[in-house]
Amino acid sequence: MTTIPLLQASSAPHKILVTQESPWARWILTLLALSFLSLFLLLPLVAVFFEALKKGWDVYIAAITEPDALAAIQLTLTAAAIAIPLNLAFGIAAAWAIAKFEFRGKSILISLIDLPFSVSPVVAGLIYVLIFGLQGWMGPWLREHDISIIFAVPGIVLATIFVTVPFIARELIPLMQAQGTEEEEAAIILGANGWQTLWYITLPNIKWGLLYGTILCNARAMGEFGAVSVVSGHIRGLTNTLSLHVEILYNEYNSAAAFAVASLLALLALITLALKTFIESRVAQKTSR
Amino acid sequence: MSTFKQYSVLPGFNLALGFTLLYLSLVVLIPLSAAFIHSAKLTWPEFWSTVTAPRVIASYRLTFGASFAAAVVNAFFGLLVAWVLVRYPFPGKRLVDALIDLPFALPTSVAGITLTAIYAGNGWIGQYLEPLGIKVAFTPIGVFVALTFIGLPFVVRTVQPVLEDIEKELEEAAAMLGATRWQIFRRIIFPTILPALTTGFALAFARAIGEYGSVIFIAGNIPMISEITPLLIITKLEQYDYTGATAIAVVMLVISFILLLIINLLQWWVHHRGIKV
Repeated sequence: MTTIPLLQASSAPHKILVTQESPWARWILTLLALSFLSLFLLLPLVAVFFEALKKGWDVYIAAITEPDALAAIQLTLTAAAIAIPLNLAFGIAAAWAIAKFEFRGKSILISLIDLPFSVSPVVAGLIYVLIFGLQGWMGPWLREHDISIIFAVPGIVLATIFVTVPFIARELIPLMQAQGTEEEEAAIILGANGWQTLWYITLPNIKWGLLYGTILCNARAMGEFGAVSVVSGHIRGLTNTLSLHVEILYNEYNSAAAFAVASLLALLALITLALKTFIESRVAQKTSR
Repeated sequence: MSTFKQYSVLPGFNLALGFTLLYLSLVVLIPLSAAFIHSAKLTWPEFWSTVTAPRVIASYRLTFGASFAAAVVNAFFGLLVAWVLVRYPFPGKRLVDALIDLPFALPTSVAGITLTAIYAGNGWIGQYLEPLGIKVAFTPIGVFVALTFIGLPFVVRTVQPVLEDIEKELEEAAAMLGATRWQIFRRIIFPTILPALTTGFALAFARAIGEYGSVIFIAGNIPMISEITPLLIITKLEQYDYTGATAIAVVMLVISFILLLIINLLQWWVHHRGIKV
């Protein structure tokens, strides 16, 4: 008889402790984690804006409104504006084929889509030089027809597309796989055609995933450095993206201007993180409801 | 056809798969094959002597060594951060959680110049390390710092969901049977998160090996000492040594393909971990 109260007595105060560490251990672990994050993430973020504004607002404004900077902004936006719609179309097509159908070699296809993530950005740039550069496969033909791709805008766009290929597809594939095919099948059986099904059934279902993938794709497209650096040729005002402009200014020891331009990209990163968090909380709300 | 694809009432398979394969071939597969085909211009001994030249070997040593060290540090602190985020309440937690992905979102050139500014001799951290005789910027330690920054989200984001899914019942049962908290962590929690932790480590390592933008500013790029392999490819390209650049690129591609294979196997391990338990 004595065993019952004993068990209750020992388990009641114990229960709070068993799946948790002692308060001081929790306090130390939290402090350690937050110090590491402050040192490695927060400090660099603060430093960008601090260095950018070190010489005052006038220098800052001048650095981001000079013609070369404006040309860099324009080129960065252009490259993203071309790369994102193409990768959106690719992402939707790939996810439709992979998530809605069963076919052989599917897992190989999924791995191939992820391939650009595991290729060094420098190698990504190099392979386009090997094809379109003067000594490349298509070099003589391109020169005859007076088309330049490497050290010109098309090369930058191509390199940007390469490094951002997987972003939208890899968001959509698991999402559409989880949603299954019942709704689309019902639409088809009720007489809708394929495009109607895609437009009225599938796309509304995946809109948050699409937005999420697009935001990540955009951040990488606008910020890519290595791949673009190889194919760009660094011609100021012509083939300079924002990321490359930062490098040029920095190498000219124009630190304040470099950080001013860098702060624009850091701002883009912050907006990306905010939107990403917002979408994640929207999706979490939806699934919990 | 029936052996290749199962029947479905849904239309658009041929169009969707056709477009996917065409796009992937034009943008990714054919360009990548160019590297392998171009490197075939070299005979095997030429290829071998290019990719094993002393300066290239030194760059492998730095790239792989610094990437490994950074991935180890990230595995430790990434696990700690994921643990604290999942288990302990503290003010500003959502903000901290959002900030974890900063290295994904921040362009690498911005990360590069900022880390250099912080760790230079007159920088916020550098000025305290310099008197101690520790030089970070323009040394191999700088490469390590940049790669740690770049790799952090990988470990946190792979371990976090697994920690969230852990069943508390197992821990409770172990505690009732008299296990200490440390024993529970070592014998129950750690084996459960090990596949995810290894995957995160491999992802951080793979990313670090190819990293260029954030490293070149802080590395100082001294041949034989602080020159990473991707930079060597660029250096060769700038000297119009396309074949030499391609040979090194092929070595890097082969290594990334092997890592990709290992990561795929690890992810399979993460997903099938539940069956054994």
